[in-house]
Amino acid sequence: MLLIKNLHAQIEGKPILKGIDLEVRPGEIHAIMGPNGSGKSTLAAVLAGNEQYEVTDGEVWFEGKNLLEMPPEIRAREGLFMAFQYPVEIPGVSNINFLKTAITEIRAYRGLPPLSAKEFMQRLKEKQELVEFNASLVNRSLNEGFSGGEKKRNEILQLAMLEPKLAILDETDSGLDIDAIRIVANGVNKLRSQHNAFIIITHYQRLLQYIIPDYVHVQYDGRIIKSGTKELAYELEERGYDWIKESVQASLE
Amino acid sequence: MPTTDQDILQQYADQDYAFGFETRVEMDILPPGLNEDTVRFISAKKEEPEWLLQWRLKGLEQFRRLSKDMPEWQNFKLPHIDFQAISYYAAPKKRKLKSLDEVDPEILATFEKLGIPLEEQKMLAGVAVDAVMDSVSVATTFQEKLKEKGIIFCSMGEAVKHYPDLVKKYLGTVVPYSDNVFAALNAAVFSDGSFCYIPKGVRCPMELSTYFRINASNTGQFERTLIIADEGAYVSYLEGCTAPKRDENQLHAAVVELIALDHAEIKYSTVQNWFPGDKNGNGGVFNFVTKRGICKGPHSKISWTQVETGSAITWKYPSVILQGDYSVGEFYSVAMTRNHQIADTGTKMIHLGKHTRSRIISKGISAGYSQNSYRGQVRVGARADHARNFTQCDSLLIGDKCGAHTFPYIDCQNPTAILEHEATTSKIAEDQIFYLNQRGLDNEKAVALIVNGYAREVLNNLPMEFAVEAQKLLAISLDGSVG
Repeated sequence: MLLIKNLHAQIEGKPILKGIDLEVRPGEIHAIMGPNGSGKSTLAAVLAGNEQYEVTDGEVWFEGKNLLEMPPEIRAREGLFMAFQYPVEIPGVSNINFLKTAITEIRAYRGLPPLSAKEFMQRLKEKQELVEFNASLVNRSLNEGFSGGEKKRNEILQLAMLEPKLAILDETDSGLDIDAIRIVANGVNKLRSQHNAFIIITHYQRLLQYIIPDYVHVQYDGRIIKSGTKELAYELEERGYDWIKESVQASLE
Repeated sequence: MPTTDQDILQQYADQDYAFGFETRVEMDILPPGLNEDTVRFISAKKEEPEWLLQWRLKGLEQFRRLSKDMPEWQNFKLPHIDFQAISYYAAPKKRKLKSLDEVDPEILATFEKLGIPLEEQKMLAGVAVDAVMDSVSVATTFQEKLKEKGIIFCSMGEAVKHYPDLVKKYLGTVVPYSDNVFAALNAAVFSDGSFCYIPKGVRCPMELSTYFRINASNTGQFERTLIIADEGAYVSYLEGCTAPKRDENQLHAAVVELIALDHAEIKYSTVQNWFPGDKNGNGGVFNFVTKRGICKGPHSKISWTQVETGSAITWKYPSVILQGDYSVGEFYSVAMTRNHQIADTGTKMIHLGKHTRSRIISKGISAGYSQNSYRGQVRVGARADHARNFTQCDSLLIGDKCGAHTFPYIDCQNPTAILEHEATTSKIAEDQIFYLNQRGLDNEKAVALIVNGYAREVLNNLPMEFAVEAQKLLAISLDGSVG
C-alpha cells in the first residue's frame, strides 16, 4: 500500500528526515515512536503533502502511484488521511457542511455521484455512534470552541466518514485523558480492516495498550533506527529512549 | 400670467427648450454634457410634470454648489470625474411594449446571458422582475398579480405618470437632493428606477427583484428607487447587478429611499457584481450610491443586506433613520475586494425614537492590493431613551498586500442607551487551507469554504436563491486570489 524509500526532507534548509524506509501493507497497523524532535510529525506532514517541507531525496509510492508528485488534495482523494495533532478551527463552516463537501470531492474524484442527503445522514449517524461523538457537535462550526479532546475525536469521526485506505494519526493521543484515549482507540479498532492500514505516531506507549500494532518503529534523528513488534513498545516504556540513542551514537562512532 | 421679469424669462426659456426639444426627442442617446438643457431634455423626454422638473433643477443647482468641493473624508482618493464628459441619457430603441414578445431579441439575449430568463423566472421562482437596462424599463412582469393585492411595482417613470401623488409625497423625503453631491446629481438627471408601494396590511407574496445593468459605453447610470411600505405592510426587495467589461470608468450614482410606516417591514437585499476593473486597476465601475431608509412609524423595521464583490470603487452607507418608537434597523454586509478594488462602505443608524434597536454586522474581505474600509455611525438622539445598538465588524485578509480599515463613529446624547461594538481582524491561515486540502478540497474550494463560513451570518439573511448566488459569487470572485 505504502512504500517509502530513503526519504529525505528539510524545512528552511534544515534537514529533518534523513533517509526513511518503511513499507505498509493492507490490514497492518504501524506505530512510529521516538523522542521529541526526531521528525515523526515531519514524516506525517511530508506524506500528507505539507508544502512547508521540501523533499530532497527518496521516493514514496502509494497504491503503486508516485505520492510525492500529487498535491495534498489528490493524496486525500486517493485515500490518504491524516488525523492532525492540532486540528484547525474554521468559524462559520458547520461540521456537517464540511464533511459533506469533503466526501463529495473525494467521491467525484473516484467518479461517484454525491451521497444523497439521506445516505449521508445515515452514514453520519452510524459513524458518530462508532466513535462516540456527541451529536450536537456536528452542527457546530468546524472545531470552533471544541475542547482538545473534542477536536481529536472529531478527527476520528472524519476518519470514519471518509473511509481512507491509509490513515496517519499524528500524536492523536497527546493531551487526551485516559477515557478519551480509550474512545479514540476503540474507534480505530472498529475501523481497521483487511483493506486499510494505519500509521500511528505517538510519543507514549499508552495508546498502544488499546491499539495493538503489528509493527513498532523507533525514529530518531530523521531515521528509523529500530523496528520490532509490540514488545518493542513495552521495552521503550520501561527503558526510555536513551539506550537506543546511545546504541545509535555508538554505531556512528 | 407672468408677474415678474424672472417668470417671463423662465417662460420664454421653457418655450425655447420645448421647441428645441422636438428635434431631439428622436434621439436615444444624449451627447455628453450637463446643464439645464440636459435636465429639461430628460424631464421632457419622460413627459414629467412641472413640479418634478423644478425638483430636478434644484438638484442641479445643489450639484453645482456641492461639486465645487468634492468630498475628501473618505479613505481613498476620489478620481477626477469629468461630469461634462458623461452622457446622461440612453434608451433602448424600442419602447412602450405591451408584452415580452415585443422586447428586442438582443436585449432578451443579454438578459439570458446574465441568467435572468424573465419568463422562467416568472414561472419558477415566483419573482417579479422589473428589468432595467440602460435607464429605461424594457419589461415588467407580474404586474397584474401584484395589482390584485393593490401592490404597485413599476418603473419610476410609470409611477410619475400613474401615481404622481404618491411619488410627490415621498420622493426626496429620505434622501433630499441636497444630501450629497452624488445624490444631487441623481436628483437632477435620474433616468429611471423602480417604484414600489405596498398598501396597508398587505404582505407582498413574492420577492420583488430588479436587475440593473450598465450597457451602453460611457453612460452614467442614475437609478432612483423608492419603496414605501404602508402600515403593517411587508416587502422583501432584491437588487442584483452585473456589468460587462469596459475600459473606461463608469459612474454609477443611484439613490434608494425606503419608507416604513407603522408596524411595516422592508427587507432590501443587494448582490453587487459590477466590473471591478482589470488586474492592474484599470477601468471598472464607480459605485457611489446613496441608500437610506426611514422607520417612520412605531414598531417598523428596515433591514439592509448587501454582498458587494464588484466595482472599482464601492462607496456607500445604506442607513436607517429610526424615528418611530420601538423601530428596528439592521445592516448586514459582506464587502469583498481584490486586485486594486476599493471599498469604503458601512452604515448609519440614527436613533431618534424610544426603544429603537439597531444591529450592524459587517464582514470585510480583502485580497490582492485592495483597500477595504468599514465606516459606520451610530447616533443616539437626546429623546431616544433606551436605544440599543450592537455592532460587529470583522475583517479578513488574504495575502499581505491588502488593507483593512475600520472607522466606527459613535455619537450618543442619551444616557440610557446601550451600545456595543466588537471588531476582529483575521487572516486565512495556511494551516487552515492545508487542513482542508488534506480532506480532499483544492485551494479554491478551501478558500471559498472558509470565506463563506466567515460571511455566513450575512449570507443567512439573504433570501434562499440569492444566498446560493452570493455564495457562488464569493467563490468565483476569489478565483486566482490564492496562490
